[in-house]
Amino acid sequence: MSYLLTRSLDKSATAFLLIVAAVGIALPLLNLLLPESSAFQVPTYLISLFGKYLCYAILALSVDLVWGFAGILSLGHAAFFALGGYAMGMYLMRQIGGRGVYGNPVLPDFMVFLNWQHLPWYWYGFDHALFALLMVVVAPGLLALVFGWLAFRSRVSGVYLSIMTQALTYALLLAFFRNDMGFGGNNGLTDFKEIFSFPLQADATRDGLLVATAVVLALALLAASGIVTSRFGKVLIAVRDAESRTRFLGYRPEHYKLFVWVVSAIVAGIGGALYVPQVGIINPSEFSPASSIEAVIWVAVGGRGTLVGAVLGAVLVSAGKTYLTGALPEVWLFALGALFILVTIFLPGGIIGVLRGRQRRRPTVAAAEPAE
Amino acid sequence: MITRDRKRWQAAVDRRLRPVLPGFDVSVHRISCLLALLVATVLSLATTLPSRAGSFEDAVALFANDSFSDTEDAVNALAGSGNPLAYPVISALQDDRLVADPATKKVYVKQADGTVLDAATGAVVTADVSGLDAVRLNNRLRRTVAAAVSSLTLLSPDLAKRTAAAQSVFKTHDAGDLPAIENALQKETNPTAKQAFAAARAAILLFQPDASEASKLEAIAAIKARGDQEALALLSELPPDTPPNVLRAAQGAIGAIQSRLAVWSAAQNAWYGVSLGSVLLLAAIGLAITFGVMGVINMAHGEMVMLGAYVTFVVQELIRTRYPALFDYSLLIAVPLAFAVAGLIGILIERSIIRFLYGRPLETLLATWGISLVLQQAVRTMFGPTNREVGNPSWMSGAFEIGQLTITYNRLWIVCFTLAVFVILLAMLRYTSLGLEMRAVTQNRRMAAAMGIATSRVDALTFGLGSGIAGIAGVALSQIDNVSPNLGQSYIIDSFMVVVFGGVGNLWGTLVGALTLGIANKFLEPLAGAVLGKIAILVLIILFIQKRPRGLFALRGRSVEA
Repeated sequence: MSYLLTRSLDKSATAFLLIVAAVGIALPLLNLLLPESSAFQVPTYLISLFGKYLCYAILALSVDLVWGFAGILSLGHAAFFALGGYAMGMYLMRQIGGRGVYGNPVLPDFMVFLNWQHLPWYWYGFDHALFALLMVVVAPGLLALVFGWLAFRSRVSGVYLSIMTQALTYALLLAFFRNDMGFGGNNGLTDFKEIFSFPLQADATRDGLLVATAVVLALALLAASGIVTSRFGKVLIAVRDAESRTRFLGYRPEHYKLFVWVVSAIVAGIGGALYVPQVGIINPSEFSPASSIEAVIWVAVGGRGTLVGAVLGAVLVSAGKTYLTGALPEVWLFALGALFILVTIFLPGGIIGVLRGRQRRRPTVAAAEPAE
Repeated sequence: MITRDRKRWQAAVDRRLRPVLPGFDVSVHRISCLLALLVATVLSLATTLPSRAGSFEDAVALFANDSFSDTEDAVNALAGSGNPLAYPVISALQDDRLVADPATKKVYVKQADGTVLDAATGAVVTADVSGLDAVRLNNRLRRTVAAAVSSLTLLSPDLAKRTAAAQSVFKTHDAGDLPAIENALQKETNPTAKQAFAAARAAILLFQPDASEASKLEAIAAIKARGDQEALALLSELPPDTPPNVLRAAQGAIGAIQSRLAVWSAAQNAWYGVSLGSVLLLAAIGLAITFGVMGVINMAHGEMVMLGAYVTFVVQELIRTRYPALFDYSLLIAVPLAFAVAGLIGILIERSIIRFLYGRPLETLLATWGISLVLQQAVRTMFGPTNREVGNPSWMSGAFEIGQLTITYNRLWIVCFTLAVFVILLAMLRYTSLGLEMRAVTQNRRMAAAMGIATSRVDALTFGLGSGIAGIAGVALSQIDNVSPNLGQSYIIDSFMVVVFGGVGNLWGTLVGALTLGIANKFLEPLAGAVLGKIAILVLIILFIQKRPRGLFALRGRSVEA
């Protein structure tokens, strides 16, 4: 384990892990232990907000894993994030039990409202936490497996693949908007009461969720570093930079891509599952193509192919969004648009690329794409 | 000799009654026959008209006698007179608007707008009728009047009114209307109205318990010939005591009508599909060109469409406030302007941003997404986030029908417009030097550059062209969609699907892709609902690119592969 750690983590990643750990420990302590009058007391809304950023960071990490190291630009990763979120949301809905507005002990409120008599079969089992957690992993993983198997097997790549991932999330967006799907339609799932029998509104639960998110993020970062620095990761980078050449050397690029694609989807799904209890709602807008592309720009801002950069970018851009949409709502889309343009032209290495300077040139991205 | 001439005469009479003269054989003899006929007709009209007019006036005067039997005589006389005034007079009688002056024996019609007509001549008169009593009716008379009104509507000189009256008789199939219908059927010359009358007569006969089986079978055939939803409804509500033979024939007719209606509905779906496909083609064709030539996916393409729609809006606003007379030409003015505006913005984007990202298609995708966000927000800031009103010029409003098919003019014009754009673009690629250079760069950029083609100039012009076409697509879409800052977003994914499905090898791929997706969408919609249909299409495309990862019309050759 320690060998793996020292091998896969460079200095910046270690430093970053320490920051994540510090945030994960310090913020909840400052929230819980200090009296509300204290200047250093962290209000609970900030805890949830920070938890949300860390969930986005997990999503960004999963995007970076496929984009930065396998050259797959996914414009639909939010779909996996949202699927994990829906799995968790279904569990939380079942936890409400008879405390809903209509007081039905089995059916969630929106089903009572739609006059449904029975729980649909795909809702079975979600009253068990373990089953729900399993589904958080299985649902996005399975979708990624099927989609990836179809796409990589037929060597769909480059912008074609990007467009197909966008179509995938768009199709899911349309599907989840339907009331007949049994996922709450337009309103999604909300009004949660408790998670694993802890009340969701309590400060301690919120702090616990933040800690859990920080831990998951750290583990995901470790796992991703482990993957990309391993022998497997080397082949993956070779696939990214010269897919045909790797194939001629006797590797099966589609297997490498598929594996990292599924892992990435699962990580995104777990991020979504942590996101839902902290935000308190999951609805189909999470599937919108725009939110997937936003996740890509987090990675681009932080630095593609650096993992740490993805986390950094997600937190910074999300914080900027929170500030701008509150203070200057007109400006936010201009700023986001400019960010897309400026980062792609002037900062191909992102923030981490600038920090690292010229001492370690990243492999040129151009070589990753089909020549013409 | 005489009998032969008489036959010819008869033939000429028949011809005269037909509204069109198919295969009219020009022979001097026939013309002379016709002339003779014409002269005879005019003469007879000249002699009969005054006497008719006189009898009409006399009949009208009967209303003033204030006797029920005289009124009844007058109604019957008017109904049979064929005078165009008969209908307004009798319907006025029905509504108690017919007043009579017993002193002068004059009868007046009070109209809804307050004017007063002389019932005998139809001329507007200034007489004060407020003190006069309305012509009285009793219950028995009311029935007579109602029958007269309905038979007169059947004889109305207005074709639409006649057909509508026949239609209502068809639906009610009241046996009391039979004489009026048969009378009208005999006098009718217009084939459409004639068919409507025949169907109405058939409907009455079919539901008449004492009509013979043969006539009922004939009626079923007539109703079957009509062949629409109403005929279907009529046949399926036959009373159970209908003879079994007739019932069986009705069943057969129902089957035949149903299959015919299925064909029509398929045709309607196909038309909707073509219409949707042409919209998709218009939105996607610029995207396909830029993608084909430059290998760049322009995520801001939808915003170019949106800009085109806003150019239309601005042009219409200017015309409304300055030159209202030009409103019908607003679209013609907007098309070149939208092309220019969107094209110039496209060239600007290419020169200032995309140029620096060549060889990095994924980054280009992100940068153009950023451009699309900026353009959206800019339009939202300038014009507001709500829908803006763009009007239809008169020649794009309304609809017409072919059989059971309804075609709206704006959809028809958009299909024509799309085809025109497609043909022009095809010709441009084929016959101009820019087209030649674009094709060369599409096939092999490096080779083209080695041959002396200024590829960066071609890139800029291609991007401008693609954006310009998106702009004129916006002009067309402004006619059928809401003009809002989000207009482009709703088309962009569908346009991508067209490009992915059709491939970028040539424009035909885009055409086939757009039409296939449009038609498939419209045929899936009634089966699975709009949303599920769309999802099914997306899934089918994902499966389709298993077989053809680069679309239907893929580029071939070594330069394409990575």
